[in-house]
Amino acid sequence: MSQNDVLRSFTDQLKINPRMIKSFVILVIVLLLLFTSWFTVGAEEVGVILRLGKFSRTVNPGLHFKIPFGVEQVFKVPVQRQLKEEFGFRTLSPGVRSTYDTRNYEDESVMLTGDLNVAVVEWTVQYRIDDPYKYLFRIRNARSALRDMTEATMREVIGNRTVAEILTIGRAEVASTVKVELQKMANSYETGFRIDQVVLQNVMPPEPVRSSFNEVNEAQQDREKLINQAKSEYNRVIPKAKGQAQQTIQEAEGYALNRVNSAKGHVAMFNAVFEEYRKAPDVTRQRIYLETMNEILPQLGKKYVIDEDVSGILPLLNLDK
Amino acid sequence: MKKLLFLILLIIIGVGLYSSIFIVNETEQVIKTRFGKPIGEAITAPGIHFKVPILDVLHYFDKRYLEWDGRPNQIPTKDKRFIWVDTYARWHITDPLKFYQRLYNEQGAHSRLDDIIDGETRNAVASHNLIEIVRKSNRESMIDSTALDEIIVLEEIEVGREKIGDMILKNAQKRCEDLGIEILDFEFKRINYVQEVQEKVFERMISERKRIADRYRSEGQGEASRIQGERERELLRIRSEAYRKAQEIKGKADAEATAIYNLAYNQSSESRKFYEFMKTMETYQNTIDSSTTVILSTKSKFYKYLKSTGDL
Repeated sequence: MSQNDVLRSFTDQLKINPRMIKSFVILVIVLLLLFTSWFTVGAEEVGVILRLGKFSRTVNPGLHFKIPFGVEQVFKVPVQRQLKEEFGFRTLSPGVRSTYDTRNYEDESVMLTGDLNVAVVEWTVQYRIDDPYKYLFRIRNARSALRDMTEATMREVIGNRTVAEILTIGRAEVASTVKVELQKMANSYETGFRIDQVVLQNVMPPEPVRSSFNEVNEAQQDREKLINQAKSEYNRVIPKAKGQAQQTIQEAEGYALNRVNSAKGHVAMFNAVFEEYRKAPDVTRQRIYLETMNEILPQLGKKYVIDEDVSGILPLLNLDK
Repeated sequence: MKKLLFLILLIIIGVGLYSSIFIVNETEQVIKTRFGKPIGEAITAPGIHFKVPILDVLHYFDKRYLEWDGRPNQIPTKDKRFIWVDTYARWHITDPLKFYQRLYNEQGAHSRLDDIIDGETRNAVASHNLIEIVRKSNRESMIDSTALDEIIVLEEIEVGREKIGDMILKNAQKRCEDLGIEILDFEFKRINYVQEVQEKVFERMISERKRIADRYRSEGQGEASRIQGERERELLRIRSEAYRKAQEIKGKADAEATAIYNLAYNQSSESRKFYEFMKTMETYQNTIDSSTTVILSTKSKFYKYLKSTGDL
């Protein structure tokens, strides 16, 4: 084979090529068309499609087609995802034990209360994009608008309450009021947001006064303690005294019964004896006298019987010996 | 040659067509000017629109609500308290042509809004007391604990934060009427004490808390003392009542016994004598024991028989 032959066969091969090139170009164009005209929408998103700049339709998750070459534009909006804004702190790394950064966010968290005190409030707002059209086309920077609205609303609500209220019983009420007000505002700004939840995280007095707030708590505890002690002392003493009083009264009643009964007994005995006595007074007297003497004389220590005629008995007696 | 001319013509037509159509996005509005002179109404409807190529110049403006964030300002209130006031507003371009003429672009608008809103804010804050800017309504505190009521007095307001905000908004809106923009909303974002005032406030808060704490403590002591007193009183009442009742019962019984005795012993002179005798005998029995020494005379009835048998 000469050199010419080689060249010819080469150009022969090239001769077929223009057709191949043509079909190749068509293939590329078709592929390009295909690849620029299909798109997927994720599970948590919807796709908003503009045709020549004008809103055309929204599409749900899945595979979809659009007119390529910039005629139709797709904006994917995560409508199912719950979004969160943090105020007064930032989560540094979420996890089982999340770490937070609260420094440098005092601008957001320090606010005035209705009694012109200062409180530190840290909170989060959980929200969703409810209306992707509004979210995309009615407001610029919807997220920063939401942050502004939230701060204004929170301060308005806190500003209408006392510091004691927001630190104690008012917490839940503050959160729910803010949620309602915030939703109203989000609607009026046409952000397309739906506020799911406003959660107050930390509500505290400012650092320099925190210890004095604790002191109030302690004082409250002290008060309860003192009162309880006094009450328990009261409860310890009074029922006992009541019982003792009952005892005294019962004893008095016993005494009364005893007294009356014994009087009745004495009298009964007396009457009985007296009845017989009246029948023979002298003998009875004599008898009783003698009986008594009979009984008592043996018990006597010393007995001296002195003749009635003897006088000056003192020398006989050796008293106290 | 003819073919080439045709191709060039085609390209020119294509370019011409291409440069005579334009797309207005959902978020945009457009005005057309030709040699600087505005042509027709502003285009606010999104979609495809036409213009004369080369001659017509397009100016795009945003149609959405736009943000305006005020610089934090240190402003004294009517009651001479210095506070930081940070505000924000949302506005939009209502008349792009006027906007273009008066403000040219958003930067211009921002600088004008700064002037207008800051000025109005300053006026409004300076002509109201601090409490009016902080509170929204004369809402009562949920805590009705009497212990706290006395210390924390919620000042009454006449106007309130919301109305002051509305006032600023209205005044600012009036001043924007001719600028092709409208302010949708104005809010106080942050209101805080300036540093020196804040320290004073903290001192006041501390002393306020101290007072509340002292109050709780003294309340506790007072209540405890009251209970102690009540206990003492109760104790004395119970005891004295019991004593009184017991004495009454005993007295009544004594009286009854006395009456019973009297009835029996006092029936006649004979019974009286007999009682005397009997009681004396009984007393002898009870009082005489081995430590008693008796000296008796033979004169006595009992021993008279020691001397003689007596007369029968």
